[in-house]
Amino acid sequence: MAAANCLVTNDWICGAYLRTRSQELTDATLQHVGITVASVLLGLLVAFPLALLVRARPRFAGPVLGLTTLLYTIPSLAMFSLLLPFLGLSSALVVTGLVLYSLTILVRGVLAGLAAVPAETREAARGMGYGSGRLLWEVELPLALPALMAGIRMATVSTIALTTVGSLVGRGGLGNLIEEALPTFFKAQVLAASVLCVLLAVAADLLLLGLQRLLTPWTRMRAGRAGGA
Amino acid sequence: MGILADTWTWLTTGANWSGESGAGHRLAEHLYVSGTALLLACALALPLGLWLGHLGRGGTVAVNVSNAGRAVPVFAVLALFMVSPLRNAGYVPTVVALVLFAIPPLLTHAYVGVREVDRAVVEAARGMGMSGGQLFRGVELPLARPMLMTGLRSAAVQVVATATVAAMVGQGGLGRIITAGFHTYDTPQVVAGAVLVALLALLVEALLVAADRLLGRRAARPKG
Repeated sequence: MAAANCLVTNDWICGAYLRTRSQELTDATLQHVGITVASVLLGLLVAFPLALLVRARPRFAGPVLGLTTLLYTIPSLAMFSLLLPFLGLSSALVVTGLVLYSLTILVRGVLAGLAAVPAETREAARGMGYGSGRLLWEVELPLALPALMAGIRMATVSTIALTTVGSLVGRGGLGNLIEEALPTFFKAQVLAASVLCVLLAVAADLLLLGLQRLLTPWTRMRAGRAGGA
Repeated sequence: MGILADTWTWLTTGANWSGESGAGHRLAEHLYVSGTALLLACALALPLGLWLGHLGRGGTVAVNVSNAGRAVPVFAVLALFMVSPLRNAGYVPTVVALVLFAIPPLLTHAYVGVREVDRAVVEAARGMGMSGGQLFRGVELPLARPMLMTGLRSAAVQVVATATVAAMVGQGGLGRIITAGFHTYDTPQVVAGAVLVALLALLVEALLVAADRLLGRRAARPKG
């Protein structure tokens, strides 16, 4: 009885809301995760060749970095609206906008990672007969991981926050729930969706940090040895 | 491209610029909330960041505040304000949200700017008998200026961009042209609003870069 009342009295925290709308919350969270994952992965797919291009041909550095920074300046509401005539009301629109935003951070992250590879390591690998493809894949990429992962974490966290604006076209994950709740001042729904959004960002950040540790065991071994000595 | 021609027609039609929901009033609202919020955020964050940097304490706080700012969606914060009693307070919800999101870049850059001043220079100034205040005004502040300007730039661009999102919760600003276009299925108006917002953001960025260069040149010129 008391539980049902919190929906009537429009409390900020409402157990009945969480119980009765758990399916809605799960669906919105899944859409949120899906849009974020697609955006960051596609962002990486675009950022990688761009970063390699900048590294191989430094004269492209100015245009590529300048353009990605310029894109970041465009407000999200404007970005999604400008894509509307081309992509319509679709998830593709939101993902495209988020990919364009992620490029600013990801291109810089890949470049910072590659720049962190010691020149002598590269020379040694070349001396051992590594071709450029194998050098990139087996030597440079693993050594670039710490800086690269820092970029991916930053891009993921801001993508999760920005996804909410996708509710403009009805594809904003948890942002949709916030928008639906606004006309009726439904406090429990706004608060629950907002908190879930922040929790999602924190969880993604920790997950990626864990992944980074798994992928780069040598950094911990070195730190452990230094700490033990 | 029919859309582009229609957008141009929308932008060049005088009637779209006048009245309560016209582009002129929306632009004024946008500039008012952005300017107020940026001034308030500077007044709060710059002294604190510079002071923490001068003391060399609170570095983790400055960095964490900046990370938290990235993880919290602007839309969610605005929506929370709009379902609270704050919704009856005019432009206050937008201004408060903008201040909250402008503080992290200002605080972090002010802190890092002062902290990254060459320790040898600071030691030399102390050795010359400068007091804490003299050291701060004469050495740390001028050397931290480029970093401070970077922080101001990212905060200003962020504020102008965020003021757009305020339209999604029914608050004023240029974003309202976009949301109004959405509700009436008027795509040229949506695109026109987006173009105005994007141009304003790029203009603010360009103006601050120009101001930074001008100030930098004056600072670099020897006195007398």
